[in-house]
Amino acid sequence: MFGKLSLSAIPLSQPIPLITSFIVILIALYVLVLITVKGWWPYLWREWITSVDHKRIGVMYCLLGVVMLIRGFADAIMMRTQQAVAINAPGYLPPDHYNQIFTAHGTIMILFGAMPLVLGFMNFLVPLQLGVRDVAFPTFNSVGFWLTASGALLVNVSLFIGEFARTGWLPYPPLSETTYTPGVGVDYYLWAVQISGAGTLITGINIVTTVLKMRCRGMSYLRMPVFCWTALASCMLIVAAFPILTATLAMLTLDRYVGWHYFTNTAGGNPMMFVNLVWAWGHPEVYILVLPVFGIFSEIFSTFSGKPLFGYRSMVAATLFICIVSMLVWLHHFFTMGAGAAVNTFFGISSSIIAVGTGVKIYNWIFTMYGGRVRFEAPMLWSMGFIFTFVIGGLTGVLLAIPPADFLTHNSMFLVAHFHNVIIGGVVFGLFAGVEFWFPKAFGFRLHEGWGKAAFWFAFIGFWVTFTPLYVLGLLGMTRRLQHINVPEWRPWLYMSVVGVGILVLGVISQVTQLVVSIRNRERLRDVTGDPWDGRSLEWATPSPPPFFNFAVMPNVEGEEAYWGIKLRAIESQQLSPEPTYEPIEMPVNSPVGFYTAFFASVFGFAMIWYIWWLAAVALVAAFAGFVIFAWRDVHEIEVPAEQVAQVDRDRRAAREALLARISRQGALS
Amino acid sequence: MSDVGLPASVEALRRVREDPHRLGHRAHGPTEPIEGAGHGATGPAHKRIVVGYGFWIYLLSDIVLFSCFFAAFAVQRGATAGGPTLAQIVDIRRVGFETAALLLSSYTCMLSFAATNARNRLWTEIFLLVTGLLGLVFVLLELQEFIELAGQGITPQRSGMLTSFFGLVGLHGLHVTAGGLWLATMMAQVLVKGFRPEIVHRLICFNLFWHALDIVWIGIFTIVYLMGINA
Repeated sequence: MFGKLSLSAIPLSQPIPLITSFIVILIALYVLVLITVKGWWPYLWREWITSVDHKRIGVMYCLLGVVMLIRGFADAIMMRTQQAVAINAPGYLPPDHYNQIFTAHGTIMILFGAMPLVLGFMNFLVPLQLGVRDVAFPTFNSVGFWLTASGALLVNVSLFIGEFARTGWLPYPPLSETTYTPGVGVDYYLWAVQISGAGTLITGINIVTTVLKMRCRGMSYLRMPVFCWTALASCMLIVAAFPILTATLAMLTLDRYVGWHYFTNTAGGNPMMFVNLVWAWGHPEVYILVLPVFGIFSEIFSTFSGKPLFGYRSMVAATLFICIVSMLVWLHHFFTMGAGAAVNTFFGISSSIIAVGTGVKIYNWIFTMYGGRVRFEAPMLWSMGFIFTFVIGGLTGVLLAIPPADFLTHNSMFLVAHFHNVIIGGVVFGLFAGVEFWFPKAFGFRLHEGWGKAAFWFAFIGFWVTFTPLYVLGLLGMTRRLQHINVPEWRPWLYMSVVGVGILVLGVISQVTQLVVSIRNRERLRDVTGDPWDGRSLEWATPSPPPFFNFAVMPNVEGEEAYWGIKLRAIESQQLSPEPTYEPIEMPVNSPVGFYTAFFASVFGFAMIWYIWWLAAVALVAAFAGFVIFAWRDVHEIEVPAEQVAQVDRDRRAAREALLARISRQGALS
Repeated sequence: MSDVGLPASVEALRRVREDPHRLGHRAHGPTEPIEGAGHGATGPAHKRIVVGYGFWIYLLSDIVLFSCFFAAFAVQRGATAGGPTLAQIVDIRRVGFETAALLLSSYTCMLSFAATNARNRLWTEIFLLVTGLLGLVFVLLELQEFIELAGQGITPQRSGMLTSFFGLVGLHGLHVTAGGLWLATMMAQVLVKGFRPEIVHRLICFNLFWHALDIVWIGIFTIVYLMGINA
């Protein structure tokens, strides 16, 4: 009846996961009760859960990502402290538990922390920057988000019911085969990643179609903001690479569930095939994460330097160059696994060459600041910290790209330090910069500046104090994923790393405090004009937060940096463009299909993990039925009356006219 | 056939109304960008183009999915682990019938879309039905093949080669089955709702899907079966 599921699945003998789960369950219950008592359910259901608005979906993606980043960070704290106390000692985490933690840390940080944040930014920004009202497929967008959330849910359920994989964030066979890992851990991994991967693919298809087919009038390719270019490149990589992940995990699933021989080390299976396939996805995945973040930095450097981006076209070319070459470097993840000198040489060279594209970008950002009026506000601090950190991470990457050198550092702490250097220094710094930058657009008020700057300095210093020792430890010969350590000479470095984690904790506290303080002082931090940073692209032409239809009248773009041009004209002529004629707008209706599908996807995943076959069948049938019902609906769009559109836009124009009046009163231009 | 003898101008006007973006009929060389086609800077494309385009992108991702299974087959083709070789399990006669059924279904699928373009509900349904039946024949023949092989103890659990063989062919069979479910849903929708724009958009996507499966099958037929005879 319940497959492999029984009460013994709850880790009653392990206090750490048990207590953690109870705290998480208590918090969840508290939130649910709070929502019920306050009567927020109808609002949440109407405005968020069933919303197909790309901005709402973007915000929910980011929220999911932030919660998962905190979960992953908790795992990181446990790993650093375990290694520091387990020097010739057992430490406080038993090996089985420790292995689950480093697996969960990698999986969660990449797939459920960074990915949702990146997808959230793309969802939120791309339609606004392109001057259109929504993405190409709004309802599928909602399906994509909820599938991602479903995957994240499954990963976290594994904490309380059963166990998570102990194989590392990429479950290499033959270790991940049933013979060597019989439990449900790898199955949790497989179904969680498979379900959220389907969601990611949907978003990828959506954004590619949006960028290529849904730009506003006059928005030719070379007038698009760089963020849209990077989102396009990233989503093209999603379309090309995520099916590889789907296929690879499907093969491993078949091996585990029905005893097939894709990756077994018996009967003609081929474990190396898994390693090749999974990295053919895994390396592009790195660029799926970092390319949109390069776009975020491009927007920030140009806005806070008060200059157009230096070398726009070379930036676009570098983005597409990286997009293509990122598919040709995957083998550098396993130079040591016997591919031979010629193959290693090819991939060593291609891995080094990809740094050229990134180098072009770095110089462009530096030259953007050169001669500009640089404002050192929080988003800019993160961006400048990024340049310093990322360049060093890139250089250690080039060291690892040289096969003979890689033989010495493969799977060492040097590698761990390198990829944290580029992922934290690149992706995470960029996401935090982006949150500071676009938060006023999404919510209508700025974040508190002092706490933002404090968060940056703690994170920046904390990062270096944590990871510099890991570089050293790697060169001293320490390998990754050690549950305990037999070399007492490494003690000072491990302690130093823990100190760094402590500083990072202060950074996280600053971020949370910043959010709380900002929400409390939201009236004082209110953004009335919709353009708090003196922005240059079209999202700043809308009020903050934008109405759900984004633009009262579709913009007509006449050059690069669309909004900058409009703004200059208004300031020079000291008046706004004449009021347009407002027309009713057709917008897609909300739909519960995303939530519905994800609910049954979660049930299906859970049933498959625990071998509850009847439940899996029921969930599949229910999901299909849901789609048919959805396909049967007759109302696809609602009409926003012209008066409502006019009202929203007149409020925006009034705020901007007040701003113009202030500028002319100050006589800034005379 | 009531249009016979209409002046060419009327015919041309009707064509433009049915296909305002003149897909595939534009002259070569530099011409005015067309409103709603999503080319260049003329504003967002018409819904029909967006839907079709998005589905093409999905199909590309699906082709990548298949290519992984093709790659696995290429890697494991010789990994028989002392079990039967590919040449011993290929029954080219049955696969010939399967291929004929599937290719013919692609043809009838195209005829159904011609009927859709003429907004003829009856012929759309008839050709969709024929397409579905041919697809069913294909799936049943494939099932028969799998069951017969399993009866001789030739299962995916036997060797890496058989795993990748069943995986690749089975994945395609799964796609055809899912396509059949979609086809049945579309027949019901056309019956109940007629040719509303969104139904026609879905029919376009379904057609693309069905033809794509044919293209993948040609790859399987060639690489697995034809090249397998002498393997």
